[in-house]
Amino acid sequence: MAVERYLLPPDGADWRSLDAYRRAGGYEAAQRALQGLAPEAVIEEVKASGLRGRGGAGFSTGQKWSFMPKPGGPKPTFIACNGDESEPGTFKDRQIVERNPHLLVEGLIITAHAIGARAAYVYLRGEYVTGFRTLVTAVDEARAAGLLGSRHCGIEREFDVHVMRGAGAYICGEETGMIESAEGKKGQPRKRPPFPAVYGLWGCPTTVNNVETISQVPAIIRKGAAWFKSIGTPTSTGNTLYGISGHVNRPGVYELPLGTPLREIIEVHAGGVRNGKRLKAIIPGGVSMPVLSAEQVDVRMDHESLKQAGTLLGTGGIVVIDETACMVRAAIVIARFFRHESCGQCTQCREGTAWLYKLLRRIESGQGSLADLETIDQVGGYMEGQTICALSDAAAWAATGFLRRFRSEFEAHVHGKGCPLPESFEP
Amino acid sequence: MSEPSHTLSDSVKQAILAEVPKYPEPRSALLMALHFVQAEIGHVPLAVQREIAALLGLRPIEVREVVTFYPMYHEHPVGKRNIQVCVNIACALAGARKVVRGLEERLGVRVGERTPDGAYSIEEVQCLGSCGTAVCVQVNNEPFIENVRPDRVDDLLRTVG
Ligand SMILES: Cc1cc2nc3c(=O)[nH]c(=O)nc-3n(C[C@H](O)[C@H](O)[C@H](O)COP(=O)(O)O)c2cc1C
Ligand code: SF4
Ligand code: FES
Repeated sequence: MAVERYLLPPDGADWRSLDAYRRAGGYEAAQRALQGLAPEAVIEEVKASGLRGRGGAGFSTGQKWSFMPKPGGPKPTFIACNGDESEPGTFKDRQIVERNPHLLVEGLIITAHAIGARAAYVYLRGEYVTGFRTLVTAVDEARAAGLLGSRHCGIEREFDVHVMRGAGAYICGEETGMIESAEGKKGQPRKRPPFPAVYGLWGCPTTVNNVETISQVPAIIRKGAAWFKSIGTPTSTGNTLYGISGHVNRPGVYELPLGTPLREIIEVHAGGVRNGKRLKAIIPGGVSMPVLSAEQVDVRMDHESLKQAGTLLGTGGIVVIDETACMVRAAIVIARFFRHESCGQCTQCREGTAWLYKLLRRIESGQGSLADLETIDQVGGYMEGQTICALSDAAAWAATGFLRRFRSEFEAHVHGKGCPLPESFEP
Repeated sequence: MSEPSHTLSDSVKQAILAEVPKYPEPRSALLMALHFVQAEIGHVPLAVQREIAALLGLRPIEVREVVTFYPMYHEHPVGKRNIQVCVNIACALAGARKVVRGLEERLGVRVGERTPDGAYSIEEVQCLGSCGTAVCVQVNNEPFIENVRPDRVDDLLRTVG
């Protein structure tokens, strides 16, 4: 069955300019929503569509919007659009900002109408220079065409979009870390409550949504919640952008329905495992999510199925690993990342990420003991559910996930006093 | 070798001032301001940090803690061409370690150092958001160099320039 795309342009088409985007039906949904639909009606439509956030946690978007105070309150309200995209294995939002930036702008206009936001701040990771230029050009074009500003899309209301740049810190993808960073501070997450819907950017009510989440909204308005719900599974609706990388023939970003079997994504879309090697492991949704073993490749890529398989959909960033790779080394690379990115506020996270990395290094070098394997589980346990943000949990899940699925390979390092796969990639 | 003293250029100052009205508070322009300086000078010296602080109504320490928190800002000079190699999982699987080692051998410096003539430095960075085109390298915040092959480090250096 051919997949009907609505996030990415057809192959070979260039939709970056306002003209091209409009010729493809762009901004019709925004015009319709602003001139014909009450804000509550937009929220109800998005709720009915079943749309869930594409930033990692999969929270209901319509529900999140309904947490915002009714318009006319004492403080202005904002959208903080999350384009930090720093979860390793994830490179999908980049496709939107580089190839279909007006889709994001249109989504922001509709979202702002629904929640009464005065402005949207798109926080784009600093490394995305091409995406930044492309998105800023699109915003400027939209403003010049009267789609943004004090009178936009034919209505009298102030709304503008600003694009800001991060500067290389993963923690600024965490919603409150991003808010702190956007205010010009270190990106250290805030304690919640209060949640951003009450106390967000500059202390004002703020909705935080991922770039891809916002980009789903125009299609929902154009084609209706029932259409959207007909794609995917009953509780994971719509298309999503799966990024697939690692040992496959055609790595890239593929727009497919939620619930697509992992095997189909790897074998059909990404052209199968490279060099005729055997599949060994798959990280299903960015490195924060526990790894799957090759035997689990028939799982469907939706929230419920992955939960049942003992992991999570996360960002849908799939990393495929073949039989040549050492699982302890893979765990080391990921543990090193979390150690580097911990912002240091919480003891469990700051110390725990350092310990996990040290223990994994020791095991890989052949100096480890079986007791070290128990310690990994124990440290992981201390790190979960205790901290200001979920980075600590993610670091624990990643390390204990590799240990759980590939325990015999960890033990082989201990018994053999070294790596049983010396030809493996190096960490 | 002592570093030349730096001040905020007029063009950067104008760019920062143009950024300020986008936000309810001037402080929010800080990250963009530091990007402008980093791009012009190659690092963000203390003297310039003080000027930015004055411009945005901050204490110098409020600027410094931001400069030192974010990997993309450098308080001290790096090479004119600062070569950043992603060593996270997709790039590691594609041989990023070999790329780093190849650069170290050819340039005669280690990760975190710069060549004596100040022309190059090497950094390891975490996922650049280009995992489908591993190994990914970025120089001075320019567009990515993608699909770098570990057995073609000489080609990489030619591209780096
Ligand atoms: C450590 C950490 C890093 C995160 N990084 C990102 C990110 O880069 N991009 C993103 O959209 N969400 C990221 N998130 C999730 C955000 O906190 C937030 O849930 C999301 O942006 C909400 O948008 P959504 O409801 O549209 O998914 C991160 C969360 C954590 C704990
Ligand atoms: S869990 Fe880690 S990253 Fe999150 S706030 Fe605490 S120390 Fe910072
Ligand atoms: S792992 Fe290297 S760019 Fe993502």
